[in-house]
Amino acid sequence: MTQHRLTCPVKKEDLAPLRAGDTVLLSGVIYTARDAAHKRLFALLEEGKPLPFDVRGAAVYYAGPTPAPEGRPIGACGPTTSGRMDAYAPALMREGLIVMIGKGARSDEVKAAVVETGSVYLAATGGAGALAAACVESAELVCYEDLGSEAVRRLVVRDMPLTVVLDAHGGDLYREGPVAYLASLEP
Amino acid sequence: MRTIKADDIRDAVARLCVEANLHLPCDMERALRSARESEPWPLAKATLGTLCENLDASARTGLPICQDTGMACVFAEVGQDVHIDGDFEAAVDAGVAKGYTEGLLRKSVVRDPIRRGNTGDNTPAVLHVRLVPGDRVHLVVAPKGFGSENMSRIAMLKPSQGEDGVKDFVVETVRLAGSNPCPPVVVGVGVGGTFERAALLAKHALLRPVGSHHADPYYAAMEDELLARINALGTGPQGFGGKTTALGVQIETFPTHIAGMPVAVNIGCHVTRHAEVIL
Repeated sequence: MTQHRLTCPVKKEDLAPLRAGDTVLLSGVIYTARDAAHKRLFALLEEGKPLPFDVRGAAVYYAGPTPAPEGRPIGACGPTTSGRMDAYAPALMREGLIVMIGKGARSDEVKAAVVETGSVYLAATGGAGALAAACVESAELVCYEDLGSEAVRRLVVRDMPLTVVLDAHGGDLYREGPVAYLASLEP
Repeated sequence: MRTIKADDIRDAVARLCVEANLHLPCDMERALRSARESEPWPLAKATLGTLCENLDASARTGLPICQDTGMACVFAEVGQDVHIDGDFEAAVDAGVAKGYTEGLLRKSVVRDPIRRGNTGDNTPAVLHVRLVPGDRVHLVVAPKGFGSENMSRIAMLKPSQGEDGVKDFVVETVRLAGSNPCPPVVVGVGVGGTFERAALLAKHALLRPVGSHHADPYYAAMEDELLARINALGTGPQGFGGKTTALGVQIETFPTHIAGMPVAVNIGCHVTRHAEVIL
Protein backbone atom coordinates (compact mmCIF):
# COMPACT_ATOMS: atom_id res chain seq x y z
CA MET A 1 0.00 0.00 0.00
CA THR A 2 1.67 3.17 -1.23
CA GLN A 3 0.70 6.78 -0.63
CA HIS A 4 0.78 9.10 -3.64
CA ARG A 5 0.45 12.84 -4.04
CA LEU A 6 -1.42 14.17 -7.05
CA THR A 7 -2.29 17.65 -8.23
CA CYS A 8 -5.24 18.01 -10.62
CA PRO A 9 -5.46 18.43 -13.54
CA VAL A 10 -3.26 15.38 -14.10
CA LYS A 11 -1.72 13.43 -16.97
CA LYS A 12 -2.31 9.78 -17.72
CA GLU A 13 1.32 8.96 -16.86
CA ASP A 14 0.84 10.45 -13.36
CA LEU A 15 -1.89 7.89 -12.75
CA ALA A 16 -0.04 4.83 -14.05
CA PRO A 17 1.74 4.08 -10.72
CA LEU A 18 -1.54 4.00 -8.76
CA ARG A 19 -2.78 0.59 -7.67
CA ALA A 20 -6.09 -0.41 -6.07
CA GLY A 21 -5.70 -0.10 -2.29
CA ASP A 22 -3.11 2.69 -2.47
CA THR A 23 -3.94 6.02 -0.86
CA VAL A 24 -3.75 9.43 -2.52
CA LEU A 25 -3.49 12.93 -1.11
CA LEU A 26 -5.11 14.96 -3.85
CA SER A 27 -4.67 18.69 -4.35
CA GLY A 28 -5.67 21.14 -7.05
CA VAL A 29 -8.90 21.64 -8.96
CA ILE A 30 -11.82 19.21 -8.91
CA TYR A 31 -15.37 19.66 -10.22
CA THR A 32 -18.48 18.55 -8.34
CA ALA A 33 -21.17 16.92 -10.46
CA ARG A 34 -23.81 14.38 -9.56
CA ASP A 35 -27.04 12.97 -11.00
CA ALA A 36 -28.80 15.96 -12.54
CA ALA A 37 -25.58 17.68 -13.73
CA HIS A 38 -24.40 14.47 -15.38
CA LYS A 39 -27.66 14.17 -17.23
CA ARG A 40 -27.13 17.66 -18.67
CA LEU A 41 -23.44 17.13 -19.47
CA PHE A 42 -24.28 13.90 -21.25
CA ALA A 43 -27.03 15.62 -23.26
CA LEU A 44 -24.48 18.24 -24.41
CA LEU A 45 -22.15 15.47 -25.61
CA GLU A 46 -25.01 13.77 -27.47
CA GLU A 47 -25.81 17.04 -29.22
CA GLY A 48 -22.13 17.57 -30.05
CA LYS A 49 -22.01 20.78 -27.99
CA PRO A 50 -19.05 21.90 -25.85
CA LEU A 51 -19.01 21.10 -22.13
CA PRO A 52 -19.13 24.00 -19.63
CA PHE A 53 -15.66 23.14 -18.27
CA ASP A 54 -12.55 21.52 -19.65
CA VAL A 55 -12.72 17.83 -18.74
CA ARG A 56 -9.31 16.95 -20.23
CA GLY A 57 -7.11 15.68 -17.40
CA ALA A 58 -9.83 16.77 -14.97
CA ALA A 59 -11.20 15.21 -11.81
CA VAL A 60 -14.91 15.02 -11.17
CA TYR A 61 -16.21 14.62 -7.62
CA TYR A 62 -19.60 12.97 -7.25
CA ALA A 63 -20.84 15.20 -4.46
CA GLY A 64 -23.63 17.56 -3.51
CA PRO A 65 -22.57 19.69 -0.52
CA THR A 66 -24.70 21.24 2.18
CA PRO A 67 -24.91 25.08 2.00
CA ALA A 68 -21.75 26.88 3.11
CA PRO A 69 -21.98 28.61 6.49
CA GLU A 70 -20.70 32.18 6.61
CA GLY A 71 -16.92 32.28 6.61
CA ARG A 72 -16.49 28.80 5.12
CA PRO A 73 -16.10 27.93 1.41
CA ILE A 74 -18.41 24.92 1.59
CA GLY A 75 -20.59 22.85 3.90
CA ALA A 76 -20.34 19.11 4.50
CA CYS A 77 -19.20 17.56 1.22
CA GLY A 78 -18.61 13.82 1.29
CA PRO A 79 -19.08 11.64 -1.79
CA THR A 80 -22.35 10.27 -3.14
CA THR A 81 -22.87 6.75 -4.55
CA SER A 82 -21.04 6.72 -7.88
CA GLY A 83 -22.99 3.90 -9.53
CA ARG A 84 -25.77 6.30 -10.52
CA MET A 85 -23.31 8.10 -12.79
CA ASP A 86 -22.25 4.87 -14.55
CA ALA A 87 -24.49 5.54 -17.53
CA TYR A 88 -22.65 8.80 -18.23
CA ALA A 89 -19.07 8.20 -17.03
CA PRO A 90 -17.58 6.28 -20.01
CA ALA A 91 -18.59 9.06 -22.44
CA LEU A 92 -16.93 11.67 -20.20
CA MET A 93 -13.77 9.55 -19.89
CA ARG A 94 -13.58 9.38 -23.68
CA GLU A 95 -13.69 13.19 -23.69
CA GLY A 96 -10.63 13.24 -21.44
CA LEU A 97 -12.00 13.03 -17.89
CA ILE A 98 -9.36 11.06 -16.05
CA VAL A 99 -10.15 11.01 -12.31
CA MET A 100 -13.49 10.11 -10.75
CA ILE A 101 -14.03 10.55 -7.02
CA GLY A 102 -16.99 9.00 -5.23
CA LYS A 103 -17.91 5.88 -3.31
CA GLY A 104 -19.47 2.54 -4.10
CA ALA A 105 -19.34 -0.03 -6.87
CA ARG A 106 -19.06 0.75 -10.61
CA SER A 107 -20.40 -1.13 -13.63
CA ASP A 108 -18.36 -3.37 -15.89
CA GLU A 109 -18.63 -0.67 -18.60
CA VAL A 110 -17.02 1.90 -16.30
CA LYS A 111 -14.30 -0.55 -15.26
CA ALA A 112 -13.51 -1.24 -18.92
CA ALA A 113 -13.43 2.48 -19.76
CA VAL A 114 -11.07 3.14 -16.82
CA VAL A 115 -8.58 0.63 -18.26
CA GLU A 116 -9.13 1.77 -21.86
CA THR A 117 -8.53 5.45 -21.08
CA GLY A 118 -5.92 5.10 -18.31
CA SER A 119 -8.21 6.75 -15.75
CA VAL A 120 -8.70 6.04 -12.06
CA TYR A 121 -11.64 5.83 -9.71
CA LEU A 122 -10.85 7.05 -6.19
CA ALA A 123 -13.00 6.66 -3.10
CA ALA A 124 -13.55 9.44 -0.62
CA THR A 125 -14.90 8.31 2.75
CA GLY A 126 -18.65 7.91 2.37
CA GLY A 127 -20.57 9.67 5.11
CA ALA A 128 -17.58 11.73 6.26
CA GLY A 129 -18.89 15.05 4.97
CA ALA A 130 -17.67 17.26 7.82
CA LEU A 131 -14.13 15.93 7.52
CA ALA A 132 -14.06 16.35 3.72
CA ALA A 133 -14.93 20.04 4.10
CA ALA A 134 -11.61 20.66 5.86
CA CYS A 135 -9.73 19.89 2.59
CA VAL A 136 -11.64 22.44 0.51
CA GLU A 137 -9.91 25.81 0.15
CA SER A 138 -12.38 27.43 -2.22
CA ALA A 139 -15.56 26.67 -4.11
CA GLU A 140 -17.07 28.60 -7.00
CA LEU A 141 -20.11 27.97 -9.12
CA VAL A 142 -19.40 26.82 -12.70
CA CYS A 143 -22.94 26.18 -14.01
CA TYR A 144 -26.44 24.82 -13.33
CA GLU A 145 -27.13 27.04 -10.31
CA ASP A 146 -30.80 26.08 -10.62
CA LEU A 147 -29.87 22.58 -9.46
CA GLY A 148 -28.97 23.86 -5.99
CA SER A 149 -26.73 21.35 -4.27
CA GLU A 150 -26.41 19.50 -7.60
CA ALA A 151 -24.84 22.47 -9.43
CA VAL A 152 -21.34 22.07 -10.89
CA ARG A 153 -18.76 23.71 -8.61
CA ARG A 154 -15.04 24.20 -9.08
CA LEU A 155 -13.30 23.27 -5.85
CA VAL A 156 -9.68 23.86 -4.97
CA VAL A 157 -8.66 21.15 -2.53
CA ARG A 158 -5.53 20.45 -0.54
CA ASP A 159 -4.40 16.99 0.56
CA MET A 160 -7.81 15.39 0.18
CA PRO A 161 -7.37 11.80 1.48
CA LEU A 162 -8.62 9.24 -1.06
CA THR A 163 -8.27 5.52 -1.67
CA VAL A 164 -7.68 3.99 -5.10
CA VAL A 165 -10.60 1.66 -5.92
CA LEU A 166 -10.21 1.13 -9.69
CA ASP A 167 -6.78 1.54 -11.23
CA ALA A 168 -5.80 1.75 -14.90
CA HIS A 169 -4.55 -1.85 -14.82
CA GLY A 170 -7.85 -3.51 -13.92
CA GLY A 171 -7.37 -3.54 -10.13
CA ASP A 172 -10.55 -3.26 -8.04
CA LEU A 173 -10.32 -2.73 -4.28
CA TYR A 174 -14.00 -3.61 -3.72
CA ARG A 175 -13.25 -7.06 -5.16
CA GLU A 176 -9.72 -7.56 -3.83
CA GLY A 177 -10.05 -5.96 -0.36
CA PRO A 178 -12.71 -8.31 1.05
CA VAL A 179 -10.95 -11.32 -0.54
CA ALA A 180 -7.66 -10.36 1.11
CA TYR A 181 -9.33 -9.87 4.49
CA LEU A 182 -11.12 -13.24 4.28
CA ALA A 183 -7.87 -14.93 3.19
CA SER A 184 -6.18 -13.51 6.32
CA LEU A 185 -8.65 -15.50 8.45
CA GLU A 186 -7.61 -18.83 6.88
CA PRO A 187 -5.46 -20.91 9.25
CA MET B 1 -58.15 18.07 26.55
CA ARG B 2 -54.70 19.67 26.20
CA THR B 3 -54.01 22.10 23.38
CA ILE B 4 -50.74 22.21 21.45
CA LYS B 5 -50.22 24.95 18.90
CA ALA B 6 -49.25 23.91 15.38
CA ASP B 7 -46.45 26.48 15.56
CA ASP B 8 -44.95 24.58 18.49
CA ILE B 9 -45.03 21.38 16.43
CA ARG B 10 -43.30 23.26 13.59
CA ASP B 11 -40.56 24.63 15.83
CA ALA B 12 -39.96 21.26 17.49
CA VAL B 13 -39.62 19.50 14.12
CA ALA B 14 -37.23 22.21 12.91
CA ARG B 15 -35.00 21.77 15.97
CA LEU B 16 -35.02 17.98 15.63
CA CYS B 17 -34.01 18.12 11.93
CA VAL B 18 -30.91 20.10 12.85
CA GLU B 19 -30.11 18.13 16.00
CA ALA B 20 -30.36 14.76 14.22
CA ASN B 21 -28.00 15.86 11.45
CA LEU B 22 -25.39 17.29 13.81
CA HIS B 23 -25.37 14.81 16.68
CA LEU B 24 -25.27 11.06 16.26
CA PRO B 25 -27.23 9.19 18.99
CA CYS B 26 -24.74 8.15 21.74
CA ASP B 27 -25.35 4.45 21.14
CA MET B 28 -24.31 4.85 17.48
CA GLU B 29 -21.23 6.85 18.37
CA ARG B 30 -20.25 4.28 21.02
CA ALA B 31 -20.76 1.41 18.56
CA LEU B 32 -18.58 3.10 15.95
CA ARG B 33 -15.77 3.91 18.38
CA SER B 34 -15.81 0.44 19.89
CA ALA B 35 -15.80 -1.15 16.39
CA ARG B 36 -12.58 0.74 15.72
CA GLU B 37 -11.04 -0.84 18.81
CA SER B 38 -12.07 -4.38 17.91
CA GLU B 39 -11.43 -4.29 14.13
CA PRO B 40 -8.48 -6.58 13.32
CA TRP B 41 -7.85 -5.60 9.66
CA PRO B 42 -5.51 -2.57 9.40
CA LEU B 43 -7.17 -0.75 6.47
CA ALA B 44 -10.58 -1.29 8.08
CA LYS B 45 -9.35 0.00 11.44
CA ALA B 46 -7.92 3.11 9.75
CA THR B 47 -11.21 3.65 7.89
CA LEU B 48 -13.21 3.40 11.12
CA GLY B 49 -10.74 5.89 12.59
CA THR B 50 -11.60 8.31 9.76
CA LEU B 51 -15.31 7.93 10.55
CA CYS B 52 -14.63 8.78 14.22
CA GLU B 53 -12.53 11.79 13.16
CA ASN B 54 -15.47 12.90 11.04
CA LEU B 55 -17.71 12.94 14.12
CA ASP B 56 -15.10 15.08 15.86
CA ALA B 57 -14.89 17.40 12.83
CA SER B 58 -18.66 17.82 12.82
CA ALA B 59 -18.70 18.64 16.53
CA ARG B 60 -15.85 21.15 16.06
CA THR B 61 -17.22 22.94 12.99
CA GLY B 62 -20.96 22.64 13.42
CA LEU B 63 -21.21 21.12 9.93
CA PRO B 64 -23.57 18.18 9.40
CA ILE B 65 -21.92 14.78 9.91
CA CYS B 66 -22.85 13.81 6.34
CA GLN B 67 -23.75 16.01 3.39
CA ASP B 68 -26.73 13.77 2.65
CA THR B 69 -28.92 15.23 5.35
CA GLY B 70 -31.66 12.96 4.11
CA MET B 71 -35.35 12.91 3.47
CA ALA B 72 -37.04 13.70 6.78
CA CYS B 73 -38.89 10.66 8.12
CA VAL B 74 -41.10 11.80 10.98
CA PHE B 75 -42.74 9.41 13.43
CA ALA B 76 -45.41 11.10 15.51
CA GLU B 77 -47.36 9.54 18.36
CA VAL B 78 -50.23 11.87 19.08
CA GLY B 79 -52.14 11.50 22.34
CA GLN B 80 -55.88 11.20 21.77
CA ASP B 81 -56.45 13.81 24.49
CA VAL B 82 -54.48 16.44 22.59
CA HIS B 83 -56.11 19.11 20.49
CA ILE B 84 -53.79 20.44 17.78
CA ASP B 85 -54.55 24.10 17.19
CA GLY B 86 -53.86 24.34 13.45
CA ASP B 87 -52.94 21.96 10.62
CA PHE B 88 -50.74 19.19 12.02
CA GLU B 89 -49.32 17.84 8.74
CA ALA B 90 -48.66 21.33 7.39
CA ALA B 91 -46.87 22.16 10.66
CA VAL B 92 -44.58 19.14 10.27
CA ASP B 93 -43.69 20.18 6.70
CA ALA B 94 -43.19 23.78 7.81
CA GLY B 95 -40.83 22.48 10.49
CA VAL B 96 -38.82 20.52 7.93
CA ALA B 97 -38.59 23.59 5.66
CA LYS B 98 -37.50 25.78 8.59
CA GLY B 99 -34.98 23.29 9.96
CA TYR B 100 -33.38 22.49 6.61
CA THR B 101 -33.24 26.13 5.52
CA GLU B 102 -32.11 27.83 8.73
CA GLY B 103 -29.90 24.90 9.73
CA LEU B 104 -28.06 24.95 6.36
CA LEU B 105 -28.96 21.34 5.67
CA ARG B 106 -29.06 20.00 2.12
CA LYS B 107 -32.32 20.13 0.21
CA SER B 108 -32.46 16.67 -1.31
CA VAL B 109 -36.13 16.21 -2.22
CA VAL B 110 -37.55 16.33 -5.75
CA ARG B 111 -41.18 17.18 -6.47
CA ASP B 112 -41.84 14.30 -8.84
CA PRO B 113 -40.10 10.92 -8.81
CA ILE B 114 -39.78 10.70 -12.60
CA ARG B 115 -39.82 14.32 -13.79
CA ARG B 116 -37.67 15.46 -10.79
CA GLY B 117 -37.33 19.17 -9.81
CA ASN B 118 -36.03 20.08 -6.35
CA THR B 119 -38.70 21.36 -3.94
CA GLY B 120 -36.11 23.76 -2.54
CA ASP B 121 -36.86 23.24 1.15
CA ASN B 122 -36.58 19.45 1.60
CA THR B 123 -40.35 19.07 2.00
CA PRO B 124 -42.46 17.08 2.17
CA ALA B 125 -41.63 14.92 5.18
CA VAL B 126 -42.49 11.23 5.14
CA LEU B 127 -44.87 11.32 8.08
CA HIS B 128 -46.15 8.35 10.09
CA VAL B 129 -48.77 9.19 12.70
CA ARG B 130 -50.14 6.92 15.42
CA LEU B 131 -52.96 7.84 17.74
CA VAL B 132 -52.11 6.77 21.29
CA PRO B 133 -53.64 7.22 24.77
CA GLY B 134 -52.67 10.32 26.76
CA ASP B 135 -52.21 14.03 26.21
CA ARG B 136 -48.65 14.19 24.86
CA VAL B 137 -47.12 14.32 21.41
CA HIS B 138 -43.97 12.27 20.81
CA LEU B 139 -42.03 13.39 17.74
CA VAL B 140 -39.11 11.52 16.21
CA VAL B 141 -37.25 12.93 13.21
CA ALA B 142 -35.07 10.37 11.41
CA PRO B 143 -33.36 11.91 8.35
CA LYS B 144 -32.70 9.11 5.86
CA GLY B 145 -29.91 9.31 3.30
CA PHE B 146 -30.41 7.47 0.06
CA GLY B 147 -27.01 5.79 -0.31
CA SER B 148 -28.31 3.26 2.18
CA GLU B 149 -32.04 3.62 1.41
CA ASN B 150 -31.38 2.58 -2.20
CA MET B 151 -29.87 -0.74 -1.07
CA SER B 152 -32.95 -1.80 0.90
CA ARG B 153 -35.12 -4.71 -0.30
CA ILE B 154 -38.45 -6.38 0.37
CA ALA B 155 -39.63 -9.92 -0.41
CA MET B 156 -42.90 -11.76 -0.04
CA LEU B 157 -41.51 -15.13 1.05
CA LYS B 158 -43.46 -18.37 1.26
CA PRO B 159 -44.17 -19.63 4.79
CA SER B 160 -42.37 -22.86 3.83
CA GLN B 161 -39.13 -20.89 3.49
CA GLY B 162 -39.22 -20.45 7.26
CA GLU B 163 -36.48 -19.04 9.42
CA ASP B 164 -33.71 -19.87 6.94
CA GLY B 165 -35.54 -18.03 4.16
CA VAL B 166 -35.71 -14.86 6.26
CA LYS B 167 -32.08 -15.08 7.39
CA ASP B 168 -30.73 -15.76 3.91
CA PHE B 169 -32.68 -12.83 2.46
CA VAL B 170 -31.26 -10.44 5.09
CA VAL B 171 -27.66 -11.56 4.61
CA GLU B 172 -27.99 -11.53 0.81
CA THR B 173 -29.36 -7.97 0.93
CA VAL B 174 -26.31 -6.76 2.83
CA ARG B 175 -23.97 -8.72 0.56
CA LEU B 176 -25.52 -7.21 -2.58
CA ALA B 177 -25.35 -3.72 -1.05
CA GLY B 178 -21.55 -4.05 -0.83
CA SER B 179 -19.79 -0.70 -0.58
CA ASN B 180 -22.78 1.43 -1.67
CA PRO B 181 -24.59 2.08 1.63
CA CYS B 182 -21.50 3.44 3.48
CA PRO B 183 -20.75 0.45 5.72
CA PRO B 184 -20.56 -0.24 8.61
CA VAL B 185 -24.33 -0.36 8.34
CA VAL B 186 -27.22 -0.85 10.72
CA VAL B 187 -29.69 -3.42 9.41
CA GLY B 188 -33.37 -2.86 10.13
CA VAL B 189 -35.50 -5.94 9.48
CA GLY B 190 -39.29 -6.13 9.40
CA VAL B 191 -40.90 -9.56 9.35
CA GLY B 192 -44.64 -10.13 8.99
CA GLY B 193 -47.64 -7.87 8.56
CA THR B 194 -48.47 -6.91 5.00
CA PHE B 195 -46.28 -5.56 2.19
CA GLU B 196 -46.24 -2.00 3.53
CA ARG B 197 -46.21 -2.94 7.21
CA ALA B 198 -43.05 -5.02 6.77
CA ALA B 199 -41.27 -2.02 5.24
CA LEU B 200 -42.43 0.27 8.03
CA LEU B 201 -41.28 -2.23 10.69
CA ALA B 202 -37.84 -2.34 9.06
CA LYS B 203 -37.56 1.45 9.06
CA HIS B 204 -38.83 1.68 12.63
CA ALA B 205 -36.26 -0.93 13.74
CA LEU B 206 -33.51 1.56 12.81
CA LEU B 207 -34.74 3.86 15.59
CA ARG B 208 -33.85 1.33 18.28
CA PRO B 209 -30.54 1.78 20.12
CA VAL B 210 -27.94 -0.08 18.09
CA GLY B 211 -27.05 -3.35 19.79
CA SER B 212 -30.40 -3.57 21.61
CA HIS B 213 -32.41 -6.76 21.18
CA HIS B 214 -35.91 -7.89 20.28
CA ALA B 215 -37.93 -8.67 23.43
CA ASP B 216 -38.52 -12.25 22.22
CA PRO B 217 -35.37 -14.37 22.86
CA TYR B 218 -36.00 -16.27 19.61
CA TYR B 219 -35.60 -13.09 17.54
CA ALA B 220 -32.87 -11.72 19.82
CA ALA B 221 -30.80 -14.83 19.05
CA MET B 222 -31.55 -14.36 15.33
CA GLU B 223 -30.27 -10.78 15.51
CA ASP B 224 -26.97 -12.01 16.97
CA GLU B 225 -26.66 -14.80 14.42
CA LEU B 226 -27.38 -12.44 11.51
CA LEU B 227 -24.82 -9.92 12.76
CA ALA B 228 -22.19 -12.65 12.93
CA ARG B 229 -23.05 -13.90 9.42
CA ILE B 230 -22.98 -10.36 7.99
CA ASN B 231 -19.64 -9.63 9.62
CA ALA B 232 -18.26 -12.82 8.07
CA LEU B 233 -18.99 -11.48 4.55
CA GLY B 234 -15.72 -9.53 4.50
CA THR B 235 -17.21 -6.35 3.00
CA GLY B 236 -15.83 -4.21 5.83
CA PRO B 237 -15.96 -0.45 6.42
CA GLN B 238 -16.55 1.40 3.11
CA GLY B 239 -16.39 -1.98 1.33
CA PHE B 240 -12.57 -1.99 1.44
CA GLY B 241 -12.58 -5.34 3.28
CA GLY B 242 -12.64 -6.12 7.00
CA LYS B 243 -14.71 -7.47 9.84
CA THR B 244 -16.99 -4.54 10.59
CA THR B 245 -19.66 -4.63 7.87
CA ALA B 246 -22.55 -4.03 10.29
CA LEU B 247 -22.83 -2.49 13.75
CA GLY B 248 -26.19 -4.06 14.52
CA VAL B 249 -29.13 -6.07 13.20
CA GLN B 250 -32.51 -5.07 14.57
CA ILE B 251 -35.66 -7.07 13.90
CA GLU B 252 -39.27 -6.01 14.41
CA THR B 253 -42.16 -8.39 13.86
CA PHE B 254 -45.93 -8.37 13.39
CA PRO B 255 -48.55 -11.10 12.91
CA THR B 256 -49.13 -11.96 9.28
CA HIS B 257 -51.52 -13.84 6.96
CA ILE B 258 -51.67 -17.67 6.79
CA ALA B 259 -50.42 -17.48 3.20
CA GLY B 260 -47.47 -15.16 3.65
CA MET B 261 -44.17 -14.20 5.24
CA PRO B 262 -43.17 -10.68 4.16
CA VAL B 263 -39.64 -9.62 5.01
CA ALA B 264 -38.18 -6.15 4.49
CA VAL B 265 -34.62 -5.00 5.03
CA ASN B 266 -33.99 -1.28 5.48
CA ILE B 267 -30.30 -0.49 5.52
CA GLY B 268 -28.99 2.41 7.57
CA CYS B 269 -25.47 3.80 7.06
CA HIS B 270 -22.87 4.51 9.72
CA VAL B 271 -24.69 7.82 10.26
CA THR B 272 -28.02 6.20 11.24
CA ARG B 273 -29.53 9.08 13.16
CA HIS B 274 -32.65 10.42 14.77
CA ALA B 275 -33.68 12.96 17.38
CA GLU B 276 -36.83 13.04 19.47
CA VAL B 277 -38.90 15.15 21.83
CA ILE B 278 -42.06 14.78 23.88
CA LEU B 279 -44.38 17.80 23.88
